[in-house]
Amino acid sequence: MTGPLLDPFVDNPFMARALAAGVLVALACAVAGTFVVLRGLAFVADALAHGVLPGIAIAVLVGIPAVVGAAAGTVVMMGGVSVITRRSRLSGDTAIGLLFAGMLALGVMITSRSRTFFGDLTRIFTGEILGVSPTDLLWQLIALAVVCAVAWVCRRPFLLLSLDAELAATSGFGVRRYENLLLLVVAVAILSSFQAVGTLLVFGMLVAPASTAALMSRRVGVMMLVAAAVGSLSVYAGLLLSYHADLAAGASIVVVSVGVFLATLAVTEVRRSSTARHERDALPPHDHDHGGGHGHHH
Amino acid sequence: MATTTDRAALELDTLCIGYDGHVVVENISLTLRPGGLLCLIGTNGSGKSTLLKTLAGLLEPIAGSVQVLGGAPGEQPARVGYLSQHPARSFTLPLRAADVVAMGRFASLGLLRRQHADDRRWCAEAIERMGVGEFADRPLMELSGGQRQRAHLGQALARHGDLLLLDEPTAGLDPAGRETFAAAIAVERARGCAVVMSTHDIDDAETADHVLLLAGRIVASGPPAEVLTPDNLRASFGGTGHH
Repeated sequence: MTGPLLDPFVDNPFMARALAAGVLVALACAVAGTFVVLRGLAFVADALAHGVLPGIAIAVLVGIPAVVGAAAGTVVMMGGVSVITRRSRLSGDTAIGLLFAGMLALGVMITSRSRTFFGDLTRIFTGEILGVSPTDLLWQLIALAVVCAVAWVCRRPFLLLSLDAELAATSGFGVRRYENLLLLVVAVAILSSFQAVGTLLVFGMLVAPASTAALMSRRVGVMMLVAAAVGSLSVYAGLLLSYHADLAAGASIVVVSVGVFLATLAVTEVRRSSTARHERDALPPHDHDHGGGHGHHH
Repeated sequence: MATTTDRAALELDTLCIGYDGHVVVENISLTLRPGGLLCLIGTNGSGKSTLLKTLAGLLEPIAGSVQVLGGAPGEQPARVGYLSQHPARSFTLPLRAADVVAMGRFASLGLLRRQHADDRRWCAEAIERMGVGEFADRPLMELSGGQRQRAHLGQALARHGDLLLLDEPTAGLDPAGRETFAAAIAVERARGCAVVMSTHDIDDAETADHVLLLAGRIVASGPPAEVLTPDNLRASFGGTGHH
């Protein structure tokens, strides 16, 4: 016996596989999610995550692997997002929102043809991390390698895009090409994660650990590592919580990761206001309203 | 200044600029030699940023011809440093000031090339010239507006190119920052780098080789002494004058 913190993973092969799958989700989402947060692509990522639904629904109905349908759905959604954000006269948010709602509704409509409608839909939305097979893990590993490779090769244009799209263009990196590659990285991360945590919850894994890391990091590389660590710990804690309290595993993981973000936000805000108060108290009274030549803006 | 040479940094001939077919300024013709300084003066919306974006290759010219370092705009990114008017998003990024300067080398490094000694030297020089050293290790989000502007100017200098396109580079700089910037630009010009910059400040333009006074049209174009006359300034900025 190794205690309640390790027993569930040692005694149950499905829990051990769930932990491995969850950590692979956390790693892929840390890399993709860092750029999602930096580039401000959260809504696009959410739309992409739901855009896979019609593809999965069709795959389930006709009996082909769900990941094939999801990949097809992602391609349609990526193309739609890409075209709509460039061609539409509507704001990007409105256009992507409409596409998001349309794809989600189409997915639900197709799934409603199934005799096990609600069961299928719940599985697609919240995933089946406890049902992950060794083959699924292998695919996740390959997807993680693709995500890491593309992100590493494109790290410079991705960073420039995060700072300023014009800067990327004037540095010789085509904005459209690298925005599409960034969407591809996000799409692969979603595809490798939806079976484990579901299309609804994968968004949480993309955004929550990376946002937590953004609060704590001063370097982009460090932010990615912190996001991977926070995500992996959330997976472990979430699985443990679900095992001992008999709760849904994928949802428990995402609740933990969002909880970690909220706790980190509270701590950093308290620390920041405390630091600001100390700095104000340290200033001589006549300097309070007069910034020096190189003073801070608070 | 007005002499056309084979090595001209800029050659504009009856250039017409604008957005989506909508003309902002037309009939711009001028030549800028290597090491020359071209100042664009005018109110907001007068066409300064549109011209800089066109020279940077971000906007297609509507008509006329434009040669930047002997080629089409945007063709030689490693030789052209560009500072946009409002470098976006930088406030929230987990980057240090030194990282922002180092990004100026990305055009030369491309996707995969590792940094060489020259890359590091030009970054170090840019950091020193723009006075970024004192806050180089601090995160961008903790810097003042002036300090962030210095870091972005350092990024353009780190390009170590042959042309700088700077959209309101002195905006947000305090007097010491403006002096630092002027000294850095003098060094760049002395090594042969041409500079095009937009400004609202007439003082900045008095040291230029060529001034283009804009107001949605060309009010005047030529040496500062000929262009910066009270009548021209009144025509460009309106009756209240501007300094």
